[in-house]
Amino acid sequence: MTMTTAHETEVTADPNVPLIRIVREFDAPVAKLYRAHTDPELLVQWQGPRSIQTRVERWDCRTGGSWRYVATQGDEEYGFYGSFHEVRPGEQIVQTFTFEGVPDGVALEKLAFEDLGGGRTRLVATSLCDSFEGRDAFLASGMEAGVNEGYSKLDELLSRI
Amino acid sequence: MGAAADQLSRVFSALADPTRRDMVARLTLADATVNELAEPYDVSLQAVSKHLRVLEDAGLVSRRRDAQRRPVHLEAEVFDLMTKWIERYRRQAEERYRRLDDLLRTLSDDIEPMPPGQPPPPKGAPS
Repeated sequence: MTMTTAHETEVTADPNVPLIRIVREFDAPVAKLYRAHTDPELLVQWQGPRSIQTRVERWDCRTGGSWRYVATQGDEEYGFYGSFHEVRPGEQIVQTFTFEGVPDGVALEKLAFEDLGGGRTRLVATSLCDSFEGRDAFLASGMEAGVNEGYSKLDELLSRI
Repeated sequence: MGAAADQLSRVFSALADPTRRDMVARLTLADATVNELAEPYDVSLQAVSKHLRVLEDAGLVSRRRDAQRRPVHLEAEVFDLMTKWIERYRRQAEERYRRLDDLLRTLSDDIEPMPPGQPPPPKGAPS
């Protein structure tokens, strides 16, 4: 695997507002990257960590549409849902995000697709949470899933040696 | 995870205030007394002490109880912890996007142009 096309993800946690910003560049044109976000069949192939199965129950990706998916890890199921607030093909997707375990919490997510020319695209994803606690739980949950992912890799490694 | 998120929250909300951020920035250079810290600000010593208490509760600074001057000391390892949390989150996002890189390479280039304001054509209901 070559490293020439690797564009490391940048993550910023804003100190003034409960916001997380993720910036990543892709060696793919806008239309393709956009499709990987709007076509549920493609979405499930990359979104969750390998240890988590994602079942999309609704993915009506248009302005005023809604979505729901269920993430399954072992015997446990976690539901997530939201609305598509403003969808402009090849440009941006604005949606809400709620974890059903915390139904009163909602984050406003914005995905902006920037054409860099030469078949490359920059994705700027921001999640604005409704409290610092909510935002920090997001960051901490990343930690937990990261640890789980680490274990699954260890399992794989152990099964090969 | 609850305790981790709680601590992270305290750190972030402590740093949400511009005066406290400035105090932390100055403490990265050297320890300082409350009087020294208060000097550049047009606020009371009590207000500065209150800011310091918030930073102390978040574990960002400490004060030596024994010394007469009780200089304020920056606890750099709390920043390391915060950086570590964000780094884990970042690595998880990076793994997700590498899966997306792989998927994008398998997609054909000739995508039908999307009419503006329309969703992409349905691909059949997800199973």
